[in-house]
Amino acid sequence: MIAVATSETVSASEGFNAPGPSSFELPPVFHIGDLGVTKPMLLIVLSAVIIIAVAVVMSRKAEVVPGRLQFAGEYVYGFVRNSVARDNIGSEHFMKFVPYLFALFLFVLVNNYFGVIPFIEFPTMSRIGYVIALAAITWFVYNIVGIIKHGPWGYLKLQTVPGGMKGPILLLLVPLEFFSNILVRPVTLTLRLFGNMFAGHLLLILFSTGGAYLILDAGNPFYGAVGVVSFLLGIAVSFLEMLVMFLQAYVFTLLTAMYIGGALVDEH
Amino acid sequence: MEGSLNMIGYGLAAVGPGIGIGLIFAAYINGVARQPEAQARLQSIAILGFVLAEALAIIGIALAFVLPI
Repeated sequence: MIAVATSETVSASEGFNAPGPSSFELPPVFHIGDLGVTKPMLLIVLSAVIIIAVAVVMSRKAEVVPGRLQFAGEYVYGFVRNSVARDNIGSEHFMKFVPYLFALFLFVLVNNYFGVIPFIEFPTMSRIGYVIALAAITWFVYNIVGIIKHGPWGYLKLQTVPGGMKGPILLLLVPLEFFSNILVRPVTLTLRLFGNMFAGHLLLILFSTGGAYLILDAGNPFYGAVGVVSFLLGIAVSFLEMLVMFLQAYVFTLLTAMYIGGALVDEH
Repeated sequence: MEGSLNMIGYGLAAVGPGIGIGLIFAAYINGVARQPEAQARLQSIAILGFVLAEALAIIGIALAFVLPI
């Protein structure tokens, strides 16, 4: 990404082209018929292959005393199962949802970390279409398990009528709760992951292309010194991004578990 | 100078969530300092509050790019 963006900047040579949303619209790598296959499409397939391969290798020779790889796999699995699924869904029903949550966590995590892995350097989730699909799956899962448990009417009542509320205040509360619990949740779930990945990667592009421009093209040694500072800041921001990438994968899984737990809770 | 007024608007819109996230983590640190054994319980609440406050800033950045100048 850095190399590509730098050559664009150099060839422009009419001042600095600030990166924007168009920096994320990559040309197709190759075509299958009329369908152009772009980099994020390849990356999302690659992430699935990586996750399946690592999971198979980690669990193939499972022993009572775990080896190093098995320990790492069990650590991640235990983290999702105990501190995400069990604490938020409740010890009665949580095991049914652990496979989904575990797959979701790894999928988002690996796709996020593509943003800082050298030579890949593109977080798949900075294209909003992929995030919309994930958020839609979560939306369907928590609504459908709620409807199965409480029935359509009971589920609607659970999600829209806050406990212990009576009288005319419900006229105000019910539409508001419906709006917030059914309509806004998938939107914020999508925008949070997309926005973080998009903004974080944009920041990295800005620091690296800006630094390259100041050092190579600005033609002023003082600007060159500022360019070095820009590169150093870019490195610092990369570390911050690694933290954010993990946090967003965790938060996406955590919110999914919370929504499922909220849909399964017994009536007040 | 060129640029979009949206970006200034986004900068202003990010002030609110910034203060909010600061308050949330200040409360979390206070809670852990007073009662270190409650850390695990407080952590998930703090992160939940953080993501809800952060959602406002993220909606802001989405609108800053989406809305016409």
